[in-house]
Amino acid sequence: MIRRILSKVVASVAVVVAAASATFLAQLAVPGDRATALMNLQTGQDKKWTAQELAPLNAKYGFDDPIVVQYLHYVTGLFRGDLGTSYTQKRPVAEVIGGQLLPSVTLTVAALAVAWLLALGVTLLTVKRGRILSSLGSAWEALTASLPHYWVGVVLLVVFAVQLRVFPIIGGTSAWGTVLPVLTLAIPLAGFLGQVTRDEFTQVLEQPFVTTARTRGMSDLGVRLRHVLRHAVLPAITLSGWALGALISGAVIAENIFGRPGIGQVLVTAVNTRDLPTVSGIVLVVAAVYVVANLLVDLAYAVVDPRLAR
Amino acid sequence: MSALTLPSTTRVRLPSAGTVLALVVVVLVLVAAIAPGLLIDRSPTAIDLKATLQPPSWQHPFGTDDAGRDLLTRVIYGARQSLGIGLGATGLAFLIAIALGFTAALIGGVVDAVITRVLEVAFAFPALLLALLVIAVRGPSLATEIIAVGIGSAPGYARMVRGQVLAVRQAGFVEAAAALGHPRFAVIRRHLFPNAMRPLVAVVTLGVGQSIVWASGLSFLGLGVPPPSSEWGALLDAGRLHITSSWWLEILPGLVIVLVALSVTALGRTLQNRLGGASR
Repeated sequence: MIRRILSKVVASVAVVVAAASATFLAQLAVPGDRATALMNLQTGQDKKWTAQELAPLNAKYGFDDPIVVQYLHYVTGLFRGDLGTSYTQKRPVAEVIGGQLLPSVTLTVAALAVAWLLALGVTLLTVKRGRILSSLGSAWEALTASLPHYWVGVVLLVVFAVQLRVFPIIGGTSAWGTVLPVLTLAIPLAGFLGQVTRDEFTQVLEQPFVTTARTRGMSDLGVRLRHVLRHAVLPAITLSGWALGALISGAVIAENIFGRPGIGQVLVTAVNTRDLPTVSGIVLVVAAVYVVANLLVDLAYAVVDPRLAR
Repeated sequence: MSALTLPSTTRVRLPSAGTVLALVVVVLVLVAAIAPGLLIDRSPTAIDLKATLQPPSWQHPFGTDDAGRDLLTRVIYGARQSLGIGLGATGLAFLIAIALGFTAALIGGVVDAVITRVLEVAFAFPALLLALLVIAVRGPSLATEIIAVGIGSAPGYARMVRGQVLAVRQAGFVEAAAALGHPRFAVIRRHLFPNAMRPLVAVVTLGVGQSIVWASGLSFLGLGVPPPSSEWGALLDAGRLHITSSWWLEILPGLVIVLVALSVTALGRTLQNRLGGASR
């Protein structure tokens, strides 16, 4: 087990370094001279600058150094927590991102939890509970799983914030204002997780040990909770690591709809102003979070299925 | 597949009536894309300042926008660009996927190991971020949107293509063709390529629907095709300004996107079942 985890850790570091290489290449791929683009961005002008005028920028950002030196500087910087300097804000990217990380993490973690609750609730209540309930459940899952985040968000906003005025339109980071963004992310994910657990649940309900439990006189709900659930959630746990990617993408959109501070807001602004160090920094932080989350999924798997811990 | 496309385990189980309905929707979208004038005789850019932000009515089934333009007309005329983006992005993604997948599977060894590893990394990226990185480098435009969505969804397809080629290469008829002394390239072209790609036809169909949804998501963030385009995502982006007063500007174009995506997905699933293809 420890060996497996160690090799996973090594692979994870490799993935982050590779991601860093990709973002480094992206920064090089910007058409035109970087120093000129930067100068125009900072002064709001659009012209050719002389070599003397560009020299301080070139020196500051090291644009004159050989590519290999720049690359090594960039990658080693990452391990010191240095993500480069934002072109537009002229502050370290780590600082720009750092302050916005918490609201985004809160949003995604809450959404993952709510999605699991919704998915398990629907599964427990509707699988093999007669034809109508079953097909209602799976229709609901198929529908919600294919809804784009932005549409769910807009519908929730219009119905609950604009028409019914239950929730604030611009929620900020207050708990009450977090409800709609969380649901925006959780509803499509719950549909997706539900489809997977439903298939498993149906199969497990036909296993001999379920019949055994029933003959012991266990109640239907008891069988579902104690014996079936544990088996049925395994594949969905694996998918939760994958789901995080969808959640992060969704968070960018939800933060934008509900005017919620967070990484998504910073990201969209940075893409609009073509502030590549900031975009790259966010991409890397997210890649790192994603990798760590998948490690945790591996551990969770071992907890739910003790056979894997050996 | 990472976030850019819905996973292929997403199942839309529709009865045949649903399939017919899906077919009708897809045909309507195709007509709208090829000859929008057949469906409606208004102009998508006709401004009527006396009828701005009108809610849906018999005269304007989808309402009007802040310049008094008929929203339904704009949605119909936007079909060409949205469908174009979906087809273009999926096409690009599959070109990349075929190039990488075939190279990896046929050459094998170190090349295969490197490509597989790179694909794994690209896969680990939430694909929206990959797409946003492309937009940050190139600046927003129609071409950028196609490239961004295409690159974002390519890694998943490449893994499927590689798997398919590896599987088909073991088949008896490929060995037989090679044993009969056919040149290697002819075997690849005549036997390997068509048989490896056939099960992926359904995946392509699904990919178009997913690409449309994804591209409209980018446009929704204001990072897609710049105005005055009536591409569906651009309509959503423009409508956000009036969301507190005019819900139809957001909800109705969004509903069209959802319907089209669902229909394309349903048809893709039907195709998949008919062709008996593996998904991944």
